[in-house]
Amino acid sequence: MTEKCTCKGLTSSISDYLDGELPPELCAELEQHMSECENCSIVFNTMYKTIDLYRQPDPNNPLPDDIKSRLYHRLHLEDYLVKKT
Amino acid sequence: MSEETLNNSSVSLAALKAGDRTEFARLVDATSNHIYHMALKILRDPQDAEDVLQESYIKALRALPNFEGRSTLSTWLYRIAVNEALMLLRKRRINLVSVEDETDEDDEQPGLVLTDWAGLPENELLSAESRQRLEAAVDTLPDTLRIVFMLRDIEGLSIKETAELLDLTETAVKTRLLRARLKLRNHLSIYFGEHLTEKSE
Repeated sequence: MTEKCTCKGLTSSISDYLDGELPPELCAELEQHMSECENCSIVFNTMYKTIDLYRQPDPNNPLPDDIKSRLYHRLHLEDYLVKKT
Repeated sequence: MSEETLNNSSVSLAALKAGDRTEFARLVDATSNHIYHMALKILRDPQDAEDVLQESYIKALRALPNFEGRSTLSTWLYRIAVNEALMLLRKRRINLVSVEDETDEDDEQPGLVLTDWAGLPENELLSAESRQRLEAAVDTLPDTLRIVFMLRDIEGLSIKETAELLDLTETAVKTRLLRARLKLRNHLSIYFGEHLTEKSE
């Protein structure tokens, strides 16, 4: 579903709210609005989740071996390449 | 920031300052993956990212005697790496302070996609395919938006720190952040919206 959210002007407040940058009185106003407006509530939840997903480190993305090897050599840590550090 | 990784391995600052090589190797082991991938996301060039990785530790070793421990060791090290990456970007003459924020280029924003996918299970949101889509979505952002999003939302720098590092006003950072977040949110909403449709069929 794609549509123009009628509260488009609030996206900036939602973003500031996520950063803790929205003045307290506007926070209360926005929270009240989101409790009544499904669209804004969805924008908030999905924007929050978007940031959250990007913050999750990828456990299946290790440092490539050749890059690790060159780094350890450059730092004179060759001895630690084989050993578990 | 991957504080956890570093905390778990509890690298000793005193030992590092005393020149303990084993401790230094533990620091490198706990932080190098994060630094490399962060630099790769900022610079989008594996060779540049590798240069940043190596230079960051060399600079950190030099600066270590002056490190007073006001921030955690990993935060301090990641800041050094971010600075290195930004320095390389500037060398490449990528303009991080373009005035495009003030233009109305984005006034024609697409409609907000209003699919409520935030409740999908984590294993679907973070599947290998989803992660690829997340990466591809970031790659569609112009440099000016991507870097702000990287520093603030992925690396966890404050708005103020991001503004200082990029020589931007805090208002410009917030504007870029909003635009980056909206674009990425829309990308993901379309992608995960398709998941929801498939599930309901």
